[in-house]
Amino acid sequence: MPITNVEKNPDDLMLRATCEFDAPVERVWQVWADPRQLEQWWGPPGVTATVVDHDLTEGARVTYYMTDPEHGEFHGWWHILAVDPPHTLEFRDGFAYEGGEINEDLPTTLTEVALTSPAEGKTVMTVTATFTSLESMEQLLEMGAEEGMVGALGQIDDVLTGVATN
Amino acid sequence: MVVETLTRDPDAEARADLIFHALADTTRRDILRRAIQGDRSVSALARDYPISTTAIQKHVAVLERANLVTRTRRGREQLVQSRPDTLAEAHQLLEEIEVLWRDRLTRFEALLADSPDESNPN
Repeated sequence: MPITNVEKNPDDLMLRATCEFDAPVERVWQVWADPRQLEQWWGPPGVTATVVDHDLTEGARVTYYMTDPEHGEFHGWWHILAVDPPHTLEFRDGFAYEGGEINEDLPTTLTEVALTSPAEGKTVMTVTATFTSLESMEQLLEMGAEEGMVGALGQIDDVLTGVATN
Repeated sequence: MVVETLTRDPDAEARADLIFHALADTTRRDILRRAIQGDRSVSALARDYPISTTAIQKHVAVLERANLVTRTRRGREQLVQSRPDTLAEAHQLLEEIEVLWRDRLTRFEALLADSPDESNPN
């Protein structure tokens, strides 16, 4: 498992995951910055994600949709709040209607990414997600369950029980 | 994504609104943090902030309405205690969201492992 630490702060509704990768910072940054790579991990497994707009500059947006054979399409966006390649990225992410208009009724999350290099060829990445309310967290989980994210638990177990050799 | 089918509990919604409102203020979050670390009296809290005891009382009342703290009397002191059940709910939700992120980050790493060549663009 790449995750070395997960910090949860119920007071601030914040989750911070720290990971270590055997890859240089520039390479890890690409996984966020290259839309073709982003679509391979951001969404739940088994669901095809398509990134439409992808501009990692302050004030710009990333838009994407996912196609789930059972529930059809759903649309999401990131609004870039701060960026300093290849080290920091801060964005608010949420959901949209099919036409791309932001759906204000669905929860948003503030996500902050920081990449540092403790040694050559290694990267420490922290991802901090801050939620707006208990209700929005519940809603995200309900949506996650619908999209099959929670159903992916079995896959994680496989990884945890030794399939992971990375 | 069939958001319309989500069943909503109106009581939970109202509770969430109160909690969200209570946590939307820096001073109140700070008071809650202190209460979590151990019971605080209102007068002790008032000494920590450049605002009046009345203002502190108002903040504590908002936290109390959201079920984040309770107030109890001990002699002349009014004690502010955190309510672990509401925080436990937040903690439980974070645990579940942690699973989503672990899943995501596992795929993130697999992607790095799959394409080592790109790690050396030169």
